Amino acid sequence: MRAASALLRKDILLELRSRESVPAMALFALTAFVIFHFGLDRSSLAGSLAAGVLWVTLLLAGVLGINRLFVAEREQGGLDGFLLAPVDRVALLVAKALALLAFLAAVELVAVPAFALLLLGPPVWPALPQLIAVLVLADVGIAVVGTLVSALSVQTAARDLIGPLISLPLMIPLLIAATGATTPLLLAGGAAPLPLRWMAILGLYDAVFALLAYAVFDFLVED
Amino acid sequence: MADEAAAIQLDGVGRAYGERFALRDVSVSVPSGATLGVLGPNGAGKSTLLALLATLVRPHTGVARILGHPLPREGWAVRGRIGFIGHEPLLYRQLSGRENLRYHARLHGVELRRVEALLERVGIAVRADEPVRTLARGMAHRLEVCRAVLHEPELLLLDEPLAHLDPAAVEAVEPLIGRSTRLTRVVTGHDPTAAVADCDLVLGLRDGRAVLSGPAGDVTPAHLGALYR
Repeated sequence: MRAASALLRKDILLELRSRESVPAMALFALTAFVIFHFGLDRSSLAGSLAAGVLWVTLLLAGVLGINRLFVAEREQGGLDGFLLAPVDRVALLVAKALALLAFLAAVELVAVPAFALLLLGPPVWPALPQLIAVLVLADVGIAVVGTLVSALSVQTAARDLIGPLISLPLMIPLLIAATGATTPLLLAGGAAPLPLRWMAILGLYDAVFALLAYAVFDFLVED
Repeated sequence: MADEAAAIQLDGVGRAYGERFALRDVSVSVPSGATLGVLGPNGAGKSTLLALLATLVRPHTGVARILGHPLPREGWAVRGRIGFIGHEPLLYRQLSGRENLRYHARLHGVELRRVEALLERVGIAVRADEPVRTLARGMAHRLEVCRAVLHEPELLLLDEPLAHLDPAAVEAVEPLIGRSTRLTRVVTGHDPTAAVADCDLVLGLRDGRAVLSGPAGDVTPAHLGALYR
């Protein structure tokens, strides 16, 4: 916990200083909403189309953060500095996943209201607590898979290509479940109850990838 | 025959990157408290040897024991006991020197007052709140020395430890990483004469192979000439 907290604190501080990830992710999400607005030629969206647009945008914005997650560790020797410390390698997994989770939450604080304003037909407020629950479960999945993929891709010369090529197919089940859980919340006739089946699938996805990441992370970061 | 009491014991150690062997069949024994100078031309394998001793890369052949623990199996047992200075300073450029050292202190479970004491000792306390990217290379190197000795290591692995330092800085860091520490040290350098004078043992590498090995007192200018020719 001591090491994970030190790493997380350092990652947040680095992001506050460099502003390399969150502003780019937020700007990407806003730009994507504008593109969807004109591309779909609709003044407002609802139901599965709205849920799909929201989650495709958030997922692609997340990929930008995933690509940057380990760059400082690789380019500035941070990974070697960490590997020289007498701490469990899982601390790095936990800290990076929490950092990515924090970045996603910060982006969503901007992106979700912008989505509601620019594209969404029905009001988002009645279903906001349920939507937040979906966002949290899906973000945990993105953070875990993203950390795993980023740790792998940063070791390669073509990391900007490898990251999305591996992470996006892995996150298709997450996209299906998150969209399935969000659709009833954004119906034109008013929000329907949160589908627990999709929430359970999201939870299962998070658990499976968290266990997988725990099992293989040592091998990814060590020589 | 392995010397169990040695701080470093390498027997036929090799390390490859792809098809190319950066180290091949290297054997050396360093007693506790001794200084080993690793010499050789560029690309001889000096940095790979240091990275291997630091547990950053695994040996592909042979047997390596550091501080009594076999690598890589028991690398976890020696990591917190090694101080490492490599080619890169291992400092985040956007963070200040103080923030960098505090981060490493937290990782190693070291009290933060040790950070302040070290910053004072190397004469960089007044500039410790400036981002590392704005510091001159020599100033960043002083921070690097602080990072390497923050956790009071038993073994120092030093890749050109005095590079970029002015005479005053060399004097300031000597009690931390110099011979007077009486710690086991492995040191590389580009000035072979100075390196030999600072060492108890010498290991000369060429194309990853040990071509010179023995007490520093036995090394002659002719040996050094042949090593770098």
